[in-house]
Amino acid sequence: MRADQILHPTEAGLYCPPGDFHIDPVRPVPRALITHGHGDHARAGHGAVLATAQTLDIMAIRYGADFTGSRQVAQGVIRIGDVSVSFHPAGHILGSAQIAVMPDRGPKIVVSGDYCRAPNPVCAPYEPVPCDIFVTEATFGLPVFRHPDPLAEMARLRASMAEFPERPHLIGAYALGKAQRVIALARQAGIDGPIAIHGALERLCRFHVEQGIDLGPLVPATADRVDAQLVVAPPSAFASAWVQRFRDPVIGFASGWMAVRARARQRGVELPLVISDHVDWPQVTQTIRELDPEEVWITHGTEDGLMRWCEIEGRTARPLRLIGYEDEPE
Amino acid sequence: MRAFAHLLERLAFTPARNAKLRLLRHYLEQTPDPDRGYALAALTGDLKLRAVTPGLLRGLMADRIDGQLFALSYDFVGDLAETIALLWEGGLDEDVPLREAVAILRDTGRAALPGAITAMLDRLGPSQRLAFLKLATGNMRVGLSARMARMALAEMGAPDVKDIEEIWHGLTPPYQPLFDWIAGGPRPEQAARAPFRPVMLSTPVDLDQLRALDPAEHVAEWKWDGIRVQAINDGGTRRLYSRTGEDLGNAFPDLLDALNFDGTLDGELLVRRGGDLGSFGDLQQRLNRKSVSRALLDSHPAALRVYDAMIWQGQDLRDRPWQGRRALLEAADFGSDRIDLSPLLPFATWDDLAALRADPPDPVIEGVMIKRRDSTYVGGRPRGPWFKWKRDPMVVDAVMLYAQRGHGKRSGFYSDFTFGLWDGADLVPVGKAYFGFTDEELRQLDRFVRQNTVDRFGPVRAVAPLLVLEVAFEGLNASARHKSGVAMRFPRISRIRWDKPAAEADRLDSLKALIP
Repeated sequence: MRADQILHPTEAGLYCPPGDFHIDPVRPVPRALITHGHGDHARAGHGAVLATAQTLDIMAIRYGADFTGSRQVAQGVIRIGDVSVSFHPAGHILGSAQIAVMPDRGPKIVVSGDYCRAPNPVCAPYEPVPCDIFVTEATFGLPVFRHPDPLAEMARLRASMAEFPERPHLIGAYALGKAQRVIALARQAGIDGPIAIHGALERLCRFHVEQGIDLGPLVPATADRVDAQLVVAPPSAFASAWVQRFRDPVIGFASGWMAVRARARQRGVELPLVISDHVDWPQVTQTIRELDPEEVWITHGTEDGLMRWCEIEGRTARPLRLIGYEDEPE
Repeated sequence: MRAFAHLLERLAFTPARNAKLRLLRHYLEQTPDPDRGYALAALTGDLKLRAVTPGLLRGLMADRIDGQLFALSYDFVGDLAETIALLWEGGLDEDVPLREAVAILRDTGRAALPGAITAMLDRLGPSQRLAFLKLATGNMRVGLSARMARMALAEMGAPDVKDIEEIWHGLTPPYQPLFDWIAGGPRPEQAARAPFRPVMLSTPVDLDQLRALDPAEHVAEWKWDGIRVQAINDGGTRRLYSRTGEDLGNAFPDLLDALNFDGTLDGELLVRRGGDLGSFGDLQQRLNRKSVSRALLDSHPAALRVYDAMIWQGQDLRDRPWQGRRALLEAADFGSDRIDLSPLLPFATWDDLAALRADPPDPVIEGVMIKRRDSTYVGGRPRGPWFKWKRDPMVVDAVMLYAQRGHGKRSGFYSDFTFGLWDGADLVPVGKAYFGFTDEELRQLDRFVRQNTVDRFGPVRAVAPLLVLEVAFEGLNASARHKSGVAMRFPRISRIRWDKPAAEADRLDSLKALIP
């Protein structure tokens, strides 16, 4: 079977005809395989969902218990129609997985979803899966993106908290994954006191703790008076009246985009923290060299840079130009 | 240089002035000499290094990265130095002392420069690379004025900011004597000729407050609408300083040539063609230039209108009463027709003066100055001897079009408002204002913005054109850079017209008619 008979892009997302399923579909389909719980990959309303146990839990938290008709926990090799599939850790967020699609005859395709190779205290590390076709993201697919050591970024946060002890530090971080990683990193960096969290993070933080991840003492950032110098909130909260309860705050944002000053400035950020849950340029190029697949398919992001690199390396690559994924999924 | 790189990064993202001052003060307190002196000079624009061109930097990258990947990266990042700092591979992240980086950029010959820059970049991590490249291209862009740098210095020790301004122009990087003085050592000798001296400033006043004063003890003169300057000829050394001690000489060579006297004068910098004064907009054409074209010198000639004398023909007059200084000025020969004396206004009562103020004879007048006859010349802003009584601001009723979220104490509040006027059936943006309202009014404006948002662009919201703001401003210039063709000076919101329908806001034509 040719590769594009096994997996090809459709308007709903990547579709596998021999297994009759979609991977991370952007609209409701009869059968969906989900790499991870971020909203642009995991949507409600499918007939059946196959995902890791943690991703299924996260979807239930976000969309309610009836988010799908039926569900199946991914474990081991699973037969679907005329193909086999298996799930492998992607190192992106709690529960995130790569999905290997294995036809009886034809190339083995690994859809990595969003993945990251930097150590992350809130999820299992990325696992390289040998394959013939590697489907990669290119969120940070330009050589300017080399994410620094996240603990060095935390040191900058601590330095700012010491320099401006009277000012609350409000760090914007996406509610699922990034927020918990920032909190866990803050603990690693020696910030032991209570950390205040915005209401939108409460349920997902509790879920991480239930999964055995130590986030230390958390207090709600909902009262009029918040007794913590460090506050973590989803970025959208900074546009809401919620911020008005804080006196002269330092606004920070934890994202790989913060590596580029113009991006940080557009956000009106005073303390940009370069903390990313995606592969940076050295990681994505190293991963492709390591797996050495026959072909590289690029899903979304700044694919022009990665396409050019593959061309220089003499590798076969093609952009899938999937639509519906956020331009800035961080 | 790690600390310097960190400082630049924080300054670049910190909008609030006090926070910037604290960051700089902490850096200066924690950094050894001479590095902190070089950092200070880099921030105040006083560090004279080799100019590294963008062409040289691009050349460094040519054999290090594929041209197409470089182009894609530069396009994404938008800043050449930052692109290179991010792309450079193999930096060791050594903490190279700033003095070493400065020495390389100061002492390396042209031919050896690319090699020296490469060698330095190989020793640095990304944020230090950016600091080094910004140093090399001489473009810090961190929003810190030389004045603010001196304020941070003043916060470190006993000397206050006007003491520091007074000796600043005699100092050279890395300013060891200055830091010694701040740490309790002796005051540095004033080495430079034609030093800047602290300027005497006035406090605002109104008619009610004036009534408590005796008109006979005071004099008045026009407050000319130019730039307050200190003009010096000290034994042949000529200087033109702003009132905060910035050296303006490069932009005004014609006026420097005209300073054919011996002394230090306090006056107003103006554009003057024969007897006709140019507007503030004309003067702005001459500002912030490293060199001035012949054509601009001819079309916008600079002039000085003298208010006072601090030093005249070798005598320091600052301890003498105003009337003594004035008598010397009345008799003085300034040596050029570009320099004249600001005339005094005849008045017997404050009502006389109010009448003069209400009907000034020249559009380039922004009010009146009132001074005690016996006032000595005291640097700073002493309360009492000198007053400014500005003309009433112009006002226009405009419609709020966009709102942007504020920073610091206004985090979370929409506090910066773009407003427009009617041009036919369209509203054309004419300016932006972010003060003039109370905290309670800010809360009301914020609520209005949130309830009437029609579109969002990052931190900016477009609002339905419903709310009329009365905007007060100090003057108006024609501007090619603004879509409306006008630029307001000091616009602020003087009243919120919840009562007024947007259709009854003012028209652009009527604003344009106010351009002098």
